[in-house]
Amino acid sequence: MTKTIKNIDSYGHLRGASLFVDDLITRHDTLFGLVFDSPKAHGKIISVDYTKAEDFKGVIKIFTYKDILGVNQIGGIIPDEQLWAEKEVHFIGQPIAFIVAESESIAKKARALINIEIKELPVITTAKEAKEKGIFINAPRSFKLGNTKDSFANCDYVYEGDTFSNGQEHLYLETQGSYAIPMENGNIKITSSTQGPTIVQKIAAKVLGVPMNKIEVDVIRLGGAFGGKEDQATAWAVMTAVAVQQLKKPVKYVLDRHDDMRMTGKRHPYESTFKIGLTKDLKIQAFEVEYLQNSGAAADLSPAIAERTLFHATNSYFIPNVMSTVYSCKTNLPPNTAFRGFGGPQGMFVIESAIARAADEMGVNKRLIQEVNLITENDEFSYGQIATQVEAQKSWFAVKEKFDLKKIEKEVEIFNKENLQFKKGISLMPIAFGISFTYTPMNHARALIHIYQDGSVGVSTGAVEMGQSVNTKMLQVAYITLGISPSKVKLETTNTTRVANTSPTAASATADLNGKAVLKACNSLIERLKLVASKMLSVSESEIIFKEDFVFVNNKKSELTWEKVVATAMLERVALSENAHYATAIIHFDKTKEKGHPFAYHVYGTAITSVTVDCLRGTYEIDAVQIVHDFGKSMNLGIDIGQVEGALAQGIGWMTMEEIAYNKNGQLLSNSLSSYKVPDIFSVAKKVDIVPLETQGNDMAILKSKAVGEPPLMYGIGTYFAIQDAVAAFNPNYKPKFHSPFTPEKVLLSLYES
Amino acid sequence: MIQFILNNKIINTSSNSGMTLLDFIRENEQLKGTKIGCREGDCGACTVLVGTLHKNKISYQSVTSCISPLGNANGKHIVTIEGINLAKDLNPVQQSLSDNHATQCGFCTPGFVVSLTGYVLRNPKGSLNTINDAISGNICRCTGYKSIEKAAIDIDEKLIFKDADHQVKWLVDKGFLPDYFNEIPKKLNDLKIQKLNSSSGTIVANGTDLYVQYADQLSDEKVHLIGEEHALKGIIFSNKVCTIGASTTVTELLKNERLLNIFPKLSSFLKLVSSQQIRNMGTLGGNFVNASPIGDMSILFLALNSTLKIKQKNGTTRKLPFQKFHQSYKKYDLQEGELISSVSFLIPDKNTVFNFEKVSKRQHLDIASVNAAGRITTKNNKISEAYFSLGGVAAIPKILTKTNDFLNGKKIDTKTIKQAEKILQSEISPISDVRGTSDYKRLLAKQLFFAHFIELFPEKIKFLNLIS
Repeated sequence: MTKTIKNIDSYGHLRGASLFVDDLITRHDTLFGLVFDSPKAHGKIISVDYTKAEDFKGVIKIFTYKDILGVNQIGGIIPDEQLWAEKEVHFIGQPIAFIVAESESIAKKARALINIEIKELPVITTAKEAKEKGIFINAPRSFKLGNTKDSFANCDYVYEGDTFSNGQEHLYLETQGSYAIPMENGNIKITSSTQGPTIVQKIAAKVLGVPMNKIEVDVIRLGGAFGGKEDQATAWAVMTAVAVQQLKKPVKYVLDRHDDMRMTGKRHPYESTFKIGLTKDLKIQAFEVEYLQNSGAAADLSPAIAERTLFHATNSYFIPNVMSTVYSCKTNLPPNTAFRGFGGPQGMFVIESAIARAADEMGVNKRLIQEVNLITENDEFSYGQIATQVEAQKSWFAVKEKFDLKKIEKEVEIFNKENLQFKKGISLMPIAFGISFTYTPMNHARALIHIYQDGSVGVSTGAVEMGQSVNTKMLQVAYITLGISPSKVKLETTNTTRVANTSPTAASATADLNGKAVLKACNSLIERLKLVASKMLSVSESEIIFKEDFVFVNNKKSELTWEKVVATAMLERVALSENAHYATAIIHFDKTKEKGHPFAYHVYGTAITSVTVDCLRGTYEIDAVQIVHDFGKSMNLGIDIGQVEGALAQGIGWMTMEEIAYNKNGQLLSNSLSSYKVPDIFSVAKKVDIVPLETQGNDMAILKSKAVGEPPLMYGIGTYFAIQDAVAAFNPNYKPKFHSPFTPEKVLLSLYES
Repeated sequence: MIQFILNNKIINTSSNSGMTLLDFIRENEQLKGTKIGCREGDCGACTVLVGTLHKNKISYQSVTSCISPLGNANGKHIVTIEGINLAKDLNPVQQSLSDNHATQCGFCTPGFVVSLTGYVLRNPKGSLNTINDAISGNICRCTGYKSIEKAAIDIDEKLIFKDADHQVKWLVDKGFLPDYFNEIPKKLNDLKIQKLNSSSGTIVANGTDLYVQYADQLSDEKVHLIGEEHALKGIIFSNKVCTIGASTTVTELLKNERLLNIFPKLSSFLKLVSSQQIRNMGTLGGNFVNASPIGDMSILFLALNSTLKIKQKNGTTRKLPFQKFHQSYKKYDLQEGELISSVSFLIPDKNTVFNFEKVSKRQHLDIASVNAAGRITTKNNKISEAYFSLGGVAAIPKILTKTNDFLNGKKIDTKTIKQAEKILQSEISPISDVRGTSDYKRLLAKQLFFAHFIELFPEKIKFLNLIS
């Protein structure tokens, strides 16, 4: 398997030639949309006066819920979210109307002329407040293994504590956007920056009151998404479609950064409480946890995210007695949504915090507790899945050995002895992340492959390219299976008319699902072409393989080219197109029992994080993150390492500097790039070493690789505990708290707390 | 009429000089490689190069086009990603990024390519420590930067044999730049640029502050661009006084050898100030009239006990001690029609030391939680003059008058510093906001005050003694 093929989009990206929604050539009569959103976090709409805005020169029409011909509903899991607010508003940034004008600038000026009167209602911004008032998105859910009550009674040590992990802004560099154009017979084509073309199609059809086949959704690529465009790209696309339906003119809407940050949801903040019980041998016997998820004002994907938190409550540890409960708490913030890790990171932060609390109380090194509790073959996860092909211990011990943890520990000890102003800290962070959509019916994909008569190939799948290089992997599967050079294969846009009823590109599973479909389609095509070639060469099919653009007979290159076989097949009226469907086997989950086998497999790995804290200024640097990661048999190590590095930086950002702030009125304070900081080139780890773990790979994944998008984000959690380690080295009075992100502010206050 | 060269094309436009360069590039010229990320200069996706001709030599700087007024392009060579591309092949900058898998979603990528091309255009020889600084204003949300860093190092290594005297030609020969770059100086000379006639409207230097907040309005309105006004630029040393024109950019400070001699750590101080793209545009005067309580330049020049020269409406000039300039939150002593023309300060003698400190959530390209500067002159082991300033702790950039008075005539020892810190606390009134709680800012003010002494008098003042 080649390891060197680059992201197939590199050339265009590096020349600024790759197209994003905002770069499309627009029809000359294109109109521009802009959302008018709620200025209040909760209240009844008394009146909205659009007259001045409507009269403004260049404004074509202002759309409200009254203009909807279908249903004013965009909720996915639960129908609890209106496209445009009718009588009440539930968060600042909730869309109320859609101004369509001749230019963006006109729309902006018109927006300032709209007058709204809102009778304000009480505003809830924290999960805890919502829980106290009993305001939830849906019923709480609990996973249970063994019996925690009995077990705690038999523990030598029992500790309780609470944690908070803040939200996280996706900050995809490309903001949300959509361009819809009218086609004939009332058909509409939408080019959307979405991870879920089918979701956009389905919701647009519902809101417009037309069948799905009237709506075509096309996705070229996304300028980053990270979950933020899974469900939340939909509203904007639907708005442009509603406008097109009625105005019969193309409508474009690309959000400006402030609007995007204010109106869209983020990673869910979690407030959690835990109780952990251990025996003298440091074995964790029981773990109870209650998660309060701040879901925001509508369900969005919150219930699914809450579920994944439960799936990852014990991270890569085996705990025989577990009781975990999650409440999706309804607040007056924008509906929080998917973000790389999808609730998993929030769950893992709590168990890591619980172990840190126990270690601190018991006066032992946290790593000792982590090490003796790692999950092993045939252990049971709290949701009933039996762990197989477990790489937890293997990656843990590999990272210790590979990077000589003993030596690192010694160096840190000496450094901390010799230095007064600077202190170093280290941590180990193991991960175990389940791969599959936890809602089993979503685990399927299709690919449509055309071999054109000149031998060139077009591949369409349901996968959306958003920087993760899924298209490159699809191309790899296709050209390797067909035995032709990569230059013969083109990846088409993701389009609902070519591949329908797709699951969104999410859950790290897209390359697996779509790749398997591509593989299946290519295999079918190859079978047909083998028959053609065998006739041409008068040999049996079993002697033939396609390789290097030629037919090989008994592994010997023949004169017969790929092009010749294709041309012959064409004359013989052989089908040169194939549509294949793949659905993951084995997986299932029974929500009534909260037990099953939801994951095709798990991804494992362990990271060592080393940091240096400036105890004068409270600032810190991440010296190194050294990782042994389970890639399976990577299809493309260059791309996969890029995924680990990128996810790690995002995880570190979440744990350190990225601080979402809302005030009591539900107004986002961290509402721009000047007040919300993501890692820059100076703040990432000075050194990142990533070593692939030697494994057999997994047959449930494409070509024995493993999914790589989300799992490495959780290595970032290690930074929190490494900083904590350094703070403790400086301040003997420091009482560990678990309140992320660990900003320089919290570091300085921790260094000097008494 | 605004005249400039955009890539290889001569532009003559009557577009409003207040519109952003970014909109002109993307909308008027339909060049879509320059991306819109944030429209506040904080992501670098819209980075372009500005080439300025000076005595037939052209020098290029990176700027964020989203907060750059079109009028400032007058007479310049503006280079977008499209103007960097060779006909077919990737250039060595692009190739290194490709080889290192340094592009994922691709949205930030053109900005990185442009910034790195700016680097190769500026640096005569490879210098590893500055290459990351060239992309300090470029945010990537996908890669985690390690691959970009590796590419940057590769690029730098390719520059080792660069012919410093014929920079552009060398780069063209080596395939870093398309051929047309060789002709640009001549073409610019041939243009016969007219000065923009725009002495009315909102006064804008290079836009780094105003365009963050008011780009929409400024795009439609008249602007009076002063960023290129000769009289407002330049750094002059005379008779122990250093005078700096108000439209001098932060980068121009960094390029001044004499200033770097006077303040040996100036580069490291100013590296904490925004990003390279913004430093290439941001002016001293702009930072002063922005009047933010945490303006980095205000804090720095307060501690230098500077004097402002203000040009009045009638053409005469008045002088004002800088510490009197800021009056209350965002209010300052500048009448209608007045303009800061320069800032000057006494060149510190050999008995004077200077330090600047800044802590923010992110250590680069961020607004400070607290920033601090201090200038101390000692005579016979005693402080003869102390000027400490502190940002983020009051409604205005704060000069710590009482603390400074207390320190005058004192010996530098732990006890004195601790006493002074108590006085400092009585002078400040930080509020809680998105940059930090008031408790934090007070603690940080203390720590940074201590940091000055630890940095400036490492022999005498020890960290542990101060904090215990």
